[in-house]
Amino acid sequence: MTDLPLDPIAIDVGSLVQRTVASLYSHLVTRQTGRAVRMAIESQLSEAGRSTLSLVDLSEVTILDFSCADEVVAKLIQAHAPGQGARDAFFVFRGVTEPHRDQIEVVLERHGLLAVAETEPGRFELLGIRSDAEARAWSTVEERGLVGHEEVDTLLEDGEARQALETLVGRHVIFRSPISGRYHALSRLVDRLM
Amino acid sequence: MRVIAVPGSLDHQSVDGFLDASLVGGEGKVLMDARHLRWVDPNGMVALLAAGSVIRDRGGVLPRLELPESTDVQGYLGRMGFFDAAQGIYDIEGPPARRGGSTSDVLLEITPIQANVDVHSVVDRVQARAGAILASKLGYPASAVVQFSVILSEVCQNIIEHAEAPGWVAAQAYNWARRLGRNVVVISVMDLGRGFRGSLGDEHSGRYADRWSDATALEAAFLHGLTRFPDSGRGQGIQQIRRQVRRWDGAITIRSGTARIGQVPEWDDTPPMVDGLAPFPGAQISMILPAREEA
Repeated sequence: MTDLPLDPIAIDVGSLVQRTVASLYSHLVTRQTGRAVRMAIESQLSEAGRSTLSLVDLSEVTILDFSCADEVVAKLIQAHAPGQGARDAFFVFRGVTEPHRDQIEVVLERHGLLAVAETEPGRFELLGIRSDAEARAWSTVEERGLVGHEEVDTLLEDGEARQALETLVGRHVIFRSPISGRYHALSRLVDRLM
Repeated sequence: MRVIAVPGSLDHQSVDGFLDASLVGGEGKVLMDARHLRWVDPNGMVALLAAGSVIRDRGGVLPRLELPESTDVQGYLGRMGFFDAAQGIYDIEGPPARRGGSTSDVLLEITPIQANVDVHSVVDRVQARAGAILASKLGYPASAVVQFSVILSEVCQNIIEHAEAPGWVAAQAYNWARRLGRNVVVISVMDLGRGFRGSLGDEHSGRYADRWSDATALEAAFLHGLTRFPDSGRGQGIQQIRRQVRRWDGAITIRSGTARIGQVPEWDDTPPMVDGLAPFPGAQISMILPAREEA
């Protein structure tokens, strides 16, 4: 039996924008456009299983404004926060390079959200407001890719970081397998989608 | 016939006086006398359109525009798309045909903003031109075109989401050799909608009681990020525009109704708040982005 009961979904936001606004350009601007793109993403999610892992790819987006970042990143995460929706949804945002980073960080901070983002090829970061303990716990899992339940006490020696690890699982920036109890870095789980 | 004399220099400094003057007097025919106009920036051009629209809507007749005597100013207005935008606003006798000249020196012609598609159009156009102008005139890094586009997108959306009325945007680069010793980019965005006081009134006027005014509405939106929407993700557009303008050591001011509020850098002596202006409809936003000092 697999340790990962997650339906993988690849979402190319650049092409969704072009389809949504019938533009030659992949500018993710205006709240109306952002809302339409988020609805298109929701539509893709609705066709998947109850637990999903989505790679939301912003690589082909040229301009991302704050209104669209609010819709396509913050509101998407909010809608699928634990206890909010019928689905267990995990997201990794790809192509969060310098031109997009500020807008995404601002909306995450405004809503008190966290997100895993690929900020340059092969480099993943935890964006949003996080405590030092959460940053330590996330980095530990991210560096190793996979942490067994029995390794936690060794790798995270202070109780605060161990508590933070559970918080991060609850906030869907780390996946804990309900089968093995192992902690997975989302960056490794989306490997197959990249 | 009521005659409104357009000042010789119509820019961000003189635009409030001009808009105030356009409201004086009653109905009837109006002549907008721009013969002595020698200098006009995007604020001036868009203000001419805004004032003409208000006069037209009040009197039911198109005001007549007497063109500047300066052929240079006429040519510049043409390159900025003023005469196209003025159709249906002014009665202009023999508006000069747009000369075949290039508009390559224009950062953003006067562009009407009525729907989301217009914002996309602005961003598309700016993408094609702004990078070179921001780099060569202001010394900004190539990546600045992204922040510049984001600013324009957010400020134009402000018209669609809050004004609920059409507006215009325009931008151009200038050499402010005498005034500042540097190049600048001037951006103007104006609408004739319900203004900040009207937009925020239903949600926020209660807590201000009898202090509620154009000035307090501007403070609420500009300084505190209040919006009429209950969603916590809203209201950040102006805050982020302010932040980016501050990073570039630029100035931003917003007039709405009888007040104008501003975030001004050290090089600008504009007061942070002006009250007691004439109750001009909508909102008028001016931004000035200076070249980096070492550029």
